[in-house]
Amino acid sequence: MKRSALLFAAIGMAAAAFTAATAARAADAVKIGIMWPLTGNAAAAGQAAKAAVEVALDIINNAHPELANLPLAATAGLPNMGGAKLDVVFVDHEGNPSTAQQLATRLITQDKVSVLMGAYQSSCTFTATAVAERYGIPFMVGESSALNITTRGFKWVFRATPIATDYARTYMRFFADMKNQGRTIGSIAIVNENTDYGTSVGDAIEAEAKKANLPVAMRIPYSASSTDVSAQVLQLKQKQPDVVIFISYTADSILYMKTMKNLDYKAPMIIGDDTGFSDPSFIPAVSDIAQGAMNRSAWDIGKPGSTTYKINEMYKARTGRDLDDTSARNMQSFFALAEAINRAGSTDPEKLREALANTDLKPDQLMMGYQGVKYDGTGQNVLASTYLIQLHGKQYELVWPETAANAKLQWPMAGWAQ
Amino acid sequence: MVALQVIVGGLLSGAIYALFSSGLTLIWGMMNFINFAHGEFVMLGMYVALLVVVWLGGGPAVFGIAAALALFALGVGIYLSLIRHVLRGPMLAQILSTFGLALLLRYTAFWIFSANVVSLPQTSLAGTINVGGIFLPLAQLAAGAVALTLTISLHVLLTRTTVGSKLLAVAEDRTAAMLMGIRPDRMQALAWGLSAGAAGIAGALMATAYPWSPSVGETFGLIAFVVVALGGFGSVLGSLYAGLIIGLIQAVSAFWLGAIYKDIVVYGLFVALLWFRPQGLMGKA
Repeated sequence: MKRSALLFAAIGMAAAAFTAATAARAADAVKIGIMWPLTGNAAAAGQAAKAAVEVALDIINNAHPELANLPLAATAGLPNMGGAKLDVVFVDHEGNPSTAQQLATRLITQDKVSVLMGAYQSSCTFTATAVAERYGIPFMVGESSALNITTRGFKWVFRATPIATDYARTYMRFFADMKNQGRTIGSIAIVNENTDYGTSVGDAIEAEAKKANLPVAMRIPYSASSTDVSAQVLQLKQKQPDVVIFISYTADSILYMKTMKNLDYKAPMIIGDDTGFSDPSFIPAVSDIAQGAMNRSAWDIGKPGSTTYKINEMYKARTGRDLDDTSARNMQSFFALAEAINRAGSTDPEKLREALANTDLKPDQLMMGYQGVKYDGTGQNVLASTYLIQLHGKQYELVWPETAANAKLQWPMAGWAQ
Repeated sequence: MVALQVIVGGLLSGAIYALFSSGLTLIWGMMNFINFAHGEFVMLGMYVALLVVVWLGGGPAVFGIAAALALFALGVGIYLSLIRHVLRGPMLAQILSTFGLALLLRYTAFWIFSANVVSLPQTSLAGTINVGGIFLPLAQLAAGAVALTLTISLHVLLTRTTVGSKLLAVAEDRTAAMLMGIRPDRMQALAWGLSAGAAGIAGALMATAYPWSPSVGETFGLIAFVVVALGGFGSVLGSLYAGLIIGLIQAVSAFWLGAIYKDIVVYGLFVALLWFRPQGLMGKA
């Protein structure tokens, strides 16, 4: 009896000592809770993003003078907080919005994280951000793009990633630039698949075109499971718009390219809004008939020796793959979050919120092709934008903006060889 | 000119609709058996074409025939191993069996070929010919021509040959056919083989023009059901007309009204027609 009491006491003392030790360490480190789908059908995206943030953690927590243009890279830890390290708690919401909501509560109340980040699926981000808002803990939206995440009048939600309106604005800036260079863009056509995705992006582009006084010659919604798109292509052929923007999934975007070739319709320029045009099966299927088709990507690996190239090498060493646009946008959001934490110099929620709200990162401090990071009253980054890439041979090359381009824009697009 | 282009395009897709639907009408109309896996047969025909092109090379004639043979064999195999047995069961079991078969084939295709979209490498049918301003994609032209020929041959086989008479006899009255010395099992296995074979070659022809993934069977299966119902149960000629009509209406309404309205127009007319003629265009009342 006496011996077991002694044993309990010993265990108790050891435990207390251990807790004290962790407490001491935790006092230095800033705890960040990140939730992603680490299992379930979007697990691949969640795991890729996790690997990207682990690279970012390495860059921030250790000294990387070779990446000096990124804030916090040159030093080890956060200089304004005595070199404190960032400590990330990764949790898995399995793509389930109610799990995301519970995890947000747990991370805030039990794990005592100072800030939250996540959550890939817009539906999960939507519920988790509501919890953060209620507790008054800042939430960085990594890459979810649904508009309604930042339109609820929340004070604690910030989003560095571009959303549909940013892509639409980028296209308009591109068109204005092309006009300045003497190219004719009298009208555009928008061809969108008719579910939520295509409709919302199509609406955003149409709205921005209206603001830019650019006539939308036609808007063609269609079903992505169509087995025949010749009617749509003939409609385009009749109207002859100067640019056709496709918001399409994979099979349909390939079918459009093939049908345009079959019906001998060459648009002066085609822009695909990611998705179908970025699918691995797109280029092998149509590279010989869609030369010069454009697409978007905010991430570019860049030339050997550049910061982005080095980041990609670090990511590749960890995963064996090149960094993709989605994970890269998450990584950028994490960097923007860390920069604000360092500027706040404290883990006090209100100070963190203020620092985030006052973020003003310049393009050369970023790894992505944004024009900067600066949030409006809703928490949305107003300087988010994207690069435009163009299909040259069997790969996409960055062609716009010219300052970042590594290949010359082809206009009009060649399409197919005669 | 553009009107003519729209019409020609519609008829070309219609001819292919007719080909893959003629197989369904053979089973549905003649054996009174609904095959929900028909669209999956088309899908498998597409993958057979792809495998033949990638592994063996060879032109459309080679992979078309290969798809027809492979699916013919599959059709016979499915009849012998599954359909023959469920025919003895209640109606509901028959319906559910092919529904299960459809899911089995689709998810097996997902497992083997993954969900990625694939398309046939450029074949000798890649070009387009220009006839007085009308563009005729070679692939669709060849597919349309082959589809027309095969659908008509199938019709002739059923109505003008001994084998056709035997098939019809079994469909009409199994016991009486047996008394006349016809082996119903053989005939029905043949019907399943022909049905799947027609779907297979239709798939191979479509593969020359369309990119696809394992879920494509869903789309084609739905079209086939509508074509058969419109054409009249059991009438191959009926599905030929119905296929052409549906292809034409889709093309015309998509061009003049807009792509999202084409199915509303097609199915609206379809329901209206069945209202007046429930047996379909060529079906017997």
